[in-house]
Amino acid sequence: MRRSADDRVFRITTGMFAAIVLLLVIGIGFELWRQSMLSIDKFGFRFWTGRVWDPVSGEFGALPFIWGTLYSSFLALLLSTPIALGIAIYISELSPGMLRQPLAYLTELLAAIPSIVYGLWGVFVLTPIVRKLELLLPESLRRTPFFSGPPLGVGMGMAAIILSIMVIPFTSSVAREILKNVPIAQREAAYALGATRWEAIKVAIGFGKTGIIGAIMLGLGRALGETMAVTMVIGNNPQISPSLYAPQYTMAAVIANEFTEAADDLYLHALIEIGLLLFIITIFVNFISRFFIWTTKQRMERPA
Amino acid sequence: MLTAIDMERFNAALAPSAAALESMNAKISVRDFDFFYGSAKVLHGITLDIPDRQVTALIGPSGCGKSTFIRSINRMNDIIPNARAKGTISIDGRAIYSSDTDVVSLRRRVGMVFQRSNPFPKSIYDNIAYGLRIGGMRNRRELNNVVERSLIRAALWDEVKDRLNESAFALSGGQQQRLCIARALAVDPEVLLMDEPASALDPIATTKIEELIWDLKVNYTIVIVTHNMQQAARVSDRTAFFMLGRLVEYADTKTIFMNPKEKMTEDYVTGRFG
Amino acid sequence: MSKAWRRKIISAIAEGFCAIAVLLALIPLAMILFYVVKQGFTSLNWAFFTQMPKPVGEAGGGMANAIVGTLILIAIAALLAVPIGCICGIHLAEYPTSKFSSIVRFAADVLNGVPSIVVGMFAYIIAVLPVKRFSAFAGGLALAVLMLPTVVRTTEELLRLVPAGLREGALALGATRTSAVFTVIVPAALPGILTGVLVALARVAGETAPLLFTAFGNRFWSISLRQPIASLTQQVYLYANSAYDDWHRQAWAGAFLLVMIILTLSIIARLSVRRLERMNRP
Repeated sequence: MRRSADDRVFRITTGMFAAIVLLLVIGIGFELWRQSMLSIDKFGFRFWTGRVWDPVSGEFGALPFIWGTLYSSFLALLLSTPIALGIAIYISELSPGMLRQPLAYLTELLAAIPSIVYGLWGVFVLTPIVRKLELLLPESLRRTPFFSGPPLGVGMGMAAIILSIMVIPFTSSVAREILKNVPIAQREAAYALGATRWEAIKVAIGFGKTGIIGAIMLGLGRALGETMAVTMVIGNNPQISPSLYAPQYTMAAVIANEFTEAADDLYLHALIEIGLLLFIITIFVNFISRFFIWTTKQRMERPA
Repeated sequence: MLTAIDMERFNAALAPSAAALESMNAKISVRDFDFFYGSAKVLHGITLDIPDRQVTALIGPSGCGKSTFIRSINRMNDIIPNARAKGTISIDGRAIYSSDTDVVSLRRRVGMVFQRSNPFPKSIYDNIAYGLRIGGMRNRRELNNVVERSLIRAALWDEVKDRLNESAFALSGGQQQRLCIARALAVDPEVLLMDEPASALDPIATTKIEELIWDLKVNYTIVIVTHNMQQAARVSDRTAFFMLGRLVEYADTKTIFMNPKEKMTEDYVTGRFG
Repeated sequence: MSKAWRRKIISAIAEGFCAIAVLLALIPLAMILFYVVKQGFTSLNWAFFTQMPKPVGEAGGGMANAIVGTLILIAIAALLAVPIGCICGIHLAEYPTSKFSSIVRFAADVLNGVPSIVVGMFAYIIAVLPVKRFSAFAGGLALAVLMLPTVVRTTEELLRLVPAGLREGALALGATRTSAVFTVIVPAALPGILTGVLVALARVAGETAPLLFTAFGNRFWSISLRQPIASLTQQVYLYANSAYDDWHRQAWAGAFLLVMIILTLSIIARLSVRRLERMNRP
């Protein structure tokens, strides 16, 4: 139907403001790319596979950081996923109605605490505890590559623990929303067939499976880019090791630590290229996550 | 069933309306009007004349198109995406769907009251003054006058005159609806559209609204959608019966209820379906 | 019979695990809050709010410049992000189904997922590199980009909570779309939008990474937008990495202040959103 002149003006004016958001996303990608040209041109693909990071001789290989980011995020998800899903299930399916709101609020409070406070707490409170636990580990396990090296407290394991705590609220709140939206008929059908409560919950989880994977990936997106807390507890040593005891390094941490020290352009461009990769990876992960969550919600809106 | 009082009103209303019919002073004329939501045709070739300063009721089972029709008269349907109109509706001889119609000024001439009262989250005063203010009126004295006059016309003045600055949400449901009527009257429309204005109200509040409609028709052309046939019989001069997007019968209210020509109308008004 | 028993036991164990999961998440929360209060509250004193940092290794002093710096940074962020974000949110709420809106909505989600340190790099490239100087403005810009998606989505969601009847009421009185939006719809959602903005501000007030190479930090008093500026979070970071007990003490005090600000704002927001929901149910 024909729209009035006022409507057109309104639409275009507000639309220009909306376009800023779009331009920002494009602008971030473009600027990061433009300001990492030196490094991209010089190293090409070698940048991603090189293990040597030596600003003095101008040799930049980002593999240890990529490894550190992926490995710490993977370990964090390993810890956070069962807990986050447990929380989502407890709050949406099991808890007494009275507790539901407060528990949801409290668990989501974990997302409101600043990264720097996690870091501070990690350094001064959690590290000594983790170190004691590391010392208690049986000798037989200490000989495996996963626990080799001196128990310092700081290191990959410690980073994974902090990260997993930080990621839990993101995964659990989305998973909870998905479970809440699973049609009641799904559960009733299971109960009607004589299912136990857990079996009925499994049916609900199965129904929302894609969305729950999306929730986990949303957490992954957070873990990949997390900076301060990880920088403070991971040890900041660029090495590739499966050991949870080993001090390692992540992409975000190396940017945080070295960016202001980058004396020459190549060094700066190399760091920005790491940022560019982080940008691309997180967009990719978030995209898939949103897509999964979106398709699940679409499916739930139709009667099942 | 019509009560004795209803009948009295009925007859009182009939005398002038019969006379008016002779000259058929049409305020709104509708010719071959179709309406579509996307590809679904919801109104089929509506043709009728709505007389000036009378109450015209639109009745029919839900989904019959009566609400769509009333919302076409002030082009409220414009805000629905993919909605499309065909044919003409003219007010005072000017086609409202022509390309030179200014929808905004059309809506100031054709006021509307909705099924659910929708006061703005503002004070009673600011609700009434809203239409004037967006029209550019700033003079406080003038605003005060219009607010008072509109509230008096909507029979709400005595109940709220001491608390004009309170939130409109503090009013009861019936008062809120009369506030919305006053708000519509404040911009001085010629036509007042009412889309089931009493359907969410209790009987006492409903009576007040009906009395108000009765009083308002001296100055305004009123079109009212109602699913309550007794209400249509009580308040209207003319009645149009819609079904499945078609206008089945349109005549004097008395004729529609006492002596309908169409079998379908008779079945509906006697409660055989609907 | 025994099979049924087994199933019931499995169900009970699984349910038990879920309850334990909740505890596992609440333990760190309680621990963090406990330590922040225990270490931080006892370290707070008048000097913390009023004095400048002391030279390296010297005890005493405070974070006056960092507190003011954080306020300035979030004020810049709000000035940049709120108008853009709100109008963008209005557009999304007014044209919810248009293709452009879904692209913008997607862009806002993408922006929301971009790590804050990457946003910091972007602000560095466009606001530090050209003038070769760290500045409060660059820091505020980074925070603005970070809070923008929250402002956009909160505005959109709250505008959609406004009952359709209000819009129809305004249009039926001859309001144009612009006046209907700005005189009725936005005012109806305003309390909610404001609290959304407050929450977004609280979140960015806790950001550190994007400030490291934009606002950069400053040991001295500065309120100039064109100079490096201190912030609470960066000061906490600096002190946490130091070797002095008194600085550790002040780091906890800073953390306490941050957490209190964020908790207060999020509780206010929670209460007022509930009020808004009640108000819109007449």
